[in-house]
Amino acid sequence: MSEQKIDGFELKPGFKGMASDTGSDQTMFKGVHWGKAMMWIFLLSDTFVFSCFLISYMKGRGSTIVDWPNTSEVFSLYVGGVPVPLLLIAIMTFVLITSSGTMALAVKYGYEKNRKMCGWLILATAVGGLTFVGMQVFEWSKLIHEGVRPWGNPFGASQFGSFFFMITGFHGFHVSIGVIFLFIYTYKVFAGHYESKKRGWFTKMKGDYVEIEILGLYWHFVDLVWVFIFAFFYLW
Amino acid sequence: MSDEYDNNKSYQAQSSEVMDGSTGSVNPDIDYVRPAEVGEQDLYHGHSFIEKWVFCQDAKVIGVQYFLTAVFTGIVGLILSWLMRLQLGFPELAGFMTAEHYYQFVTMHGMIMVVYFLTALFLGGFGNYLIPLMVGARDMVFPYVNMLSFWMFFVAVAVLMASFFVPGGPTGAGWTLYPPQTILEGTPGSGMGILLMLISLSLFVIGFTMGGLNYMITILQARTRGMTLMRMPLTVWGIFTATVLAMLAFPALLVSAIMMTLDKVLQTSFFMPTILKAGEVLEYGGGSPILFQHLFWFFGHPEVYIVALPAFGIVSDLISVHARKNIFGYRMMVWAIVGIGGLSFFVWAHHMYVSGMNPWFGFFFATTTLIIAVPTAMKVYNWILTLWRGNIRINTVMLWCLGFIVTFVNGGITGIFLGNVSVDVPLSDTYFVIAHFHMVMGIAPLMVIMGAVYHWFPLVAGKMLHEGLGKWHFWITFLGAYSIYFPMHYLGFIGVPRRYFEMYDSPYMTSAVGMNEFISIAAFIVGAAQFILVFNIIKTLKTGKKAEQNPWKANSLEWYTSTVPPEHGNFGERLPVVHRWPYDFSVPGAKDDFIPQTTAPSEVIHTEVEKT
Repeated sequence: MSEQKIDGFELKPGFKGMASDTGSDQTMFKGVHWGKAMMWIFLLSDTFVFSCFLISYMKGRGSTIVDWPNTSEVFSLYVGGVPVPLLLIAIMTFVLITSSGTMALAVKYGYEKNRKMCGWLILATAVGGLTFVGMQVFEWSKLIHEGVRPWGNPFGASQFGSFFFMITGFHGFHVSIGVIFLFIYTYKVFAGHYESKKRGWFTKMKGDYVEIEILGLYWHFVDLVWVFIFAFFYLW
Repeated sequence: MSDEYDNNKSYQAQSSEVMDGSTGSVNPDIDYVRPAEVGEQDLYHGHSFIEKWVFCQDAKVIGVQYFLTAVFTGIVGLILSWLMRLQLGFPELAGFMTAEHYYQFVTMHGMIMVVYFLTALFLGGFGNYLIPLMVGARDMVFPYVNMLSFWMFFVAVAVLMASFFVPGGPTGAGWTLYPPQTILEGTPGSGMGILLMLISLSLFVIGFTMGGLNYMITILQARTRGMTLMRMPLTVWGIFTATVLAMLAFPALLVSAIMMTLDKVLQTSFFMPTILKAGEVLEYGGGSPILFQHLFWFFGHPEVYIVALPAFGIVSDLISVHARKNIFGYRMMVWAIVGIGGLSFFVWAHHMYVSGMNPWFGFFFATTTLIIAVPTAMKVYNWILTLWRGNIRINTVMLWCLGFIVTFVNGGITGIFLGNVSVDVPLSDTYFVIAHFHMVMGIAPLMVIMGAVYHWFPLVAGKMLHEGLGKWHFWITFLGAYSIYFPMHYLGFIGVPRRYFEMYDSPYMTSAVGMNEFISIAAFIVGAAQFILVFNIIKTLKTGKKAEQNPWKANSLEWYTSTVPPEHGNFGERLPVVHRWPYDFSVPGAKDDFIPQTTAPSEVIHTEVEKT
C-alpha cells in the first residue's frame, strides 16, 4: 500500500493516515478494489456467524447435565490396533493449511500475469479443498457408523453430536462453496478470461486478477475458522 | 459490447475540469476538488422488459420493488392487527376466531411489521433508491448482487406467506419464537408453520447480507468527487449505520434459526431442556432455552435501531429542508447515530429481565440502556433547535416530521421506565410494553416513512402528491395513533397482560372493556386512513400535476439528476462534483435560500451580496 500513489492525495502512514483517508472524499480505503472491500466486510459478518456458533457450543457444553464425551478417544484412529488421537484431524488440518499456501502463491502469480502458474495453483488449492471435504465425509461416516447422531450418541451428552455435525457441517459447506468457485476460477484463468476481458456469465461484468485475491481472502478465512473449530472441538 | 456505458473516459483531468458545467465563474484555487480515483462504473443496461423491470440491476428499480413488496406485507400485517383488535374490542363479532388464530395473528403481525415491513422498507426501499443518488454514484457497486438481494427477499416473503396456507397454519409462538414452546405440539403452527418461518428468516438474512454489502461499499468506496463522509446527508448516515448493525446482528438470528430448525427437524436439543408432557418425558434434554433468548435479543435489540436509525437520518433531512435551516449540530447528529449504533449491541438483555438473571447482570444492562437516552436526547434537542427560528413550511412532509418528534419523545420516555429492572418487572408483558414499542418503533418510524413518501414522490414519479389528502391522512393517523396507544399505557398500569386472547372475569375487566372497544375503533379508522395514501398515489399517477425538478428547493444530489425521474446511471454524462454539505439553507447574503451541494465556493463569493 505504501508505494501506491493517488492523484492529489498524500497517503500517510499510521493512525494519521487512517484519519486523513477517512476524512477524504470518494473512498475510505484508498486504492482498495470494491470487491475486496466487500469480501472483508462479508467476512466480518461471517465471523459473527461462526462466533455465535462457537459461543453457543461453549454454552451448550458448559451447561449440559451429562458428561461430554472424551474427545481424544472419540476422534482417534486405529493404526495397527493402536489408537492414535487426532491423526485424521492432523492430516485434514495439514491439507487445508497447505491449500492456503498454494492459494497465496496463486494470487502472487496472478498479479504477475503468469496465467499458467496461477491456474495450476488454483487447481491445486481446489484439489486440497476437495481432499479436506472428502476426509470430512470419511470422519462423519466413521462417527455415524459408531452411533453418533445429531440427537444422541453412545459416548455422552447428546449435544456433542448436535454441535459437532452442525458446526463442522457449516464449515464444510463453506469449504465446498469455496471449492466450487476455485474450479470456476481455474477455468476462467486457463481460458484467459481476464486477458480477453470477457464478461461474466451472470453479472455481465469484466473480470480481473483481483478476483483471485478476493477468493483467496475467503479461502484463508475458511482456514482460520477451521483453526478455531480444531481448537474448540478437538483440543478441548 | 454495445451495452457498455459509452463514455469510459475517466475523470483524471486537470483542475479546470472542476467547472462541471456550472455557470458561475471558476477560481481553480478555491474550487479545487481532487480528480477521480476510479474510472467510470461499468453498467449493464437491460434490454428486454424482464431485464428492465423484473430482474433489473438498477438500484432505483430495485428500491421500488423492495418498497412495493414491503408495503404489500405491511398491508397483510395491518389486516392482522385489525383482526386482533376485533377480537379484543368486540369478541362477540369475532366468533370465527379461535385462540389459536389469535396467537398466529399476533406472531405474524409482529414478525411482518418488524422484519419484512420496516427493515425491508428502510434499508431495501429507501436505501437502494437514495444511497447511490445521494452519494453521487451511478448505481450500487454490485448491481447483480443487489438484484439477487431483492429476489431473495421476495422468496422470503413468499415462504412467509405460504405458511398461512399449510396444515396447522403459521406459527403462533409470539414473534420472539421462544423455545421450548415454539416447536412443541400444542402451540399453533408448531409443524410446518414454524419451519417455514425459520426458513423465511434465514432467506431474509442471506438476501439482506447481499444488499447490505452493497450499501456499505457504495457509501464507503463509491462516493463522488468532493463527497466526504461529513458531507453526506444524514439519511445516508442513518442507513449506513443501520446496515452495519444489521451485518453484525443478523448472524445471531441466522444461527438461532438454524439451531431451532435442527431442534425441530432432527430432534437435537440446543434449546430444549428435559420436558415432561402429560407425565411422559420427551426425547429432548440438556439444552438451554435462555441461550436462544440471548441469541435472539442480540439480534433483536440492534434490530430496533436498524429500524430507528434510518428514520432518524431521514427525518433530519426532511426537517432541515422544510424548515429552510441547516441541521443543528450536524457532527453531533452523526456521532449520535454512530454512538446509538455502538451502544445497541450492549443492551440486549434488558428484554430478558423477567427471564431470570444475576442481579448484577440486570444492573449492567439497565445502565447501558439508560446511557442510550443521552445520544437520543441530543438528537431530539437538535431537531427542535433546527426548527427554532426556521422558515418552517407547514406542509404534509413537515407535519409528519413534527408528528414523529412528538411520538418519538413519548415512546422514548416510556422506554426509560422499562429500562429499569425494578420498574420493568411489574410492567413486563402488559399493554404498557405494547404501547411503548409501538410508539417508539412502530408509529414513529412510520411517520418518517410517510413524510419521506410525500417528500420523495416527486423524484420517483415526477408528480406531486395531493397536499389536502396528505393532511387528512396525517391528522387521522396522528390523532388516531394517540387514541390507540395512550389508553394502552393505562391498561398496562392496571395490569392487563398482553397476548391474552380473552380477559374473562378479571377484576379490571370493567374499565378495560370500554377502553378496548375505543382502541379497536381507533385502530380500524387509522388502518383505513392509510388507504388515503394508496388512493392519493393512484390518483396522482393518473391525474396529478407534474413536478418541477427539485420542488422543495433541496440541496442534496438526488434532486440534481439529469432527468426526473432519474434514468439508469443517474447523472447523465458527468458525475456531480460536491463542494459543500447538503444543509446550506438560508445562508446570509446568498442569492437563493438554498445552495446546492454542487455549487462551487467561488460562485457564492461572486454573487451580489445584499447586506441585511
